[in-house]
Amino acid sequence: MAEADEDLKSRRTVFVTVGTTCFDSLVRAVDTQEVKEELFKKGYAHLLIQMGRGSYIPAKSTGENGSLEVDCFTFSSSIADYLRSASLVISHAGSGSIFETLRLQKPLIVVVNEDLMDNHQSELAEELAERKHLFCARPQTLYQTVADMDLGSLIPYQPGDAAPVAKLLNSFLGFPDD
Amino acid sequence: MENSNNHCLSITPSSLVLLSIIGFITLILIRVLYIIHRSSQPRSASSRQKPLSTLIVLGSAEMINLLNVLQKNSFTPRYYIAAATDNMSLQKAQVLENSWLNEGGVEEVGSAKFMQIYRSREVGQSYITSVGTTLIALAHALWLMIKIRPHVILCNGPGTCIPLCAIAFIFKILGIRWSYIFYVESIARVRRLSLSALLLYKLRMANQLFVQWPQLKSKYHRAHYVGRLM
Repeated sequence: MAEADEDLKSRRTVFVTVGTTCFDSLVRAVDTQEVKEELFKKGYAHLLIQMGRGSYIPAKSTGENGSLEVDCFTFSSSIADYLRSASLVISHAGSGSIFETLRLQKPLIVVVNEDLMDNHQSELAEELAERKHLFCARPQTLYQTVADMDLGSLIPYQPGDAAPVAKLLNSFLGFPDD
Repeated sequence: MENSNNHCLSITPSSLVLLSIIGFITLILIRVLYIIHRSSQPRSASSRQKPLSTLIVLGSAEMINLLNVLQKNSFTPRYYIAAATDNMSLQKAQVLENSWLNEGGVEEVGSAKFMQIYRSREVGQSYITSVGTTLIALAHALWLMIKIRPHVILCNGPGTCIPLCAIAFIFKILGIRWSYIFYVESIARVRRLSLSALLLYKLRMANQLFVQWPQLKSKYHRAHYVGRLM
């Protein structure tokens, strides 16, 4: 991802999103001193956290004395703009969030919520991580993932195509293909 | 002493009833097996097939992607259903239909219909009240299906679609309406099928089940692997 070269002058933002869920353990993990210092060391200047329905509110910071600027909010009608202006996205494992981010070709760390009962969402994050489209972590391993991540190792995700389904439907129902 | 031969041949009213019930159940079973067998077979092809009325169960972005590549004039008139608590999906579908009208790719103006359906259960709802709300949802689904009687049903999860698919299947058995039920499993399902998909697969209620990851195709041989939609 060659975005780093273009962004040297502008503020590099890390955008954290939990969607409409409550995912306090992620917000807490991101808000720890060690993760914030690691992000700062990697050249990020601004940490923007969308907290959703969570009850843990991170302390805001203006980031004056050589540290990360921290901001947060609960919801937004559309996070597309925040995703677009981010240099790194840390997201919950919702498929909507994941694919919206991958479509914008942004580096992505997906954090799986282990408190969820039926955690099938982790299947998607793990599969995409195996295919090197994103990094997958748990709140406890977030620091290690940030420290070890090599954005250059990520492979861009090619958008999918619904045409094969349409073809199968047409052939099953006897409709001609265009 | 009673002649045991006569005893075997005598037909009492209660045994008549029993025989009728057994006969009836057998007929239903044969009918169900026949429906399941026919469901796996494609519709007969011809160069200009009539369009089929289509029910689209909304709830995900993947369904919008699928709608974009559908031949609008084959799948028409279109009926969109979303859960009552889902605010965005019907809006998105309306925007899509309007854009097709403007492009001129759609022949009939205003033929698309948009409806909401009650959900069986909200996340975290107590199981006791869930029984009541599920019954209401089933009744509502039945009402909508009687009104629409679609020829094609397209769904992608979520659970909203199960009452509709079940009723469609019953309509097939009773000869009320033959329909084609297509279920596209969510892209988030990589190694295990969702409960909705599992039901439709095991009970053979869907004509075709589509999966987006190869692992599911290896596990469920009758499913069709279509790659990722998003």
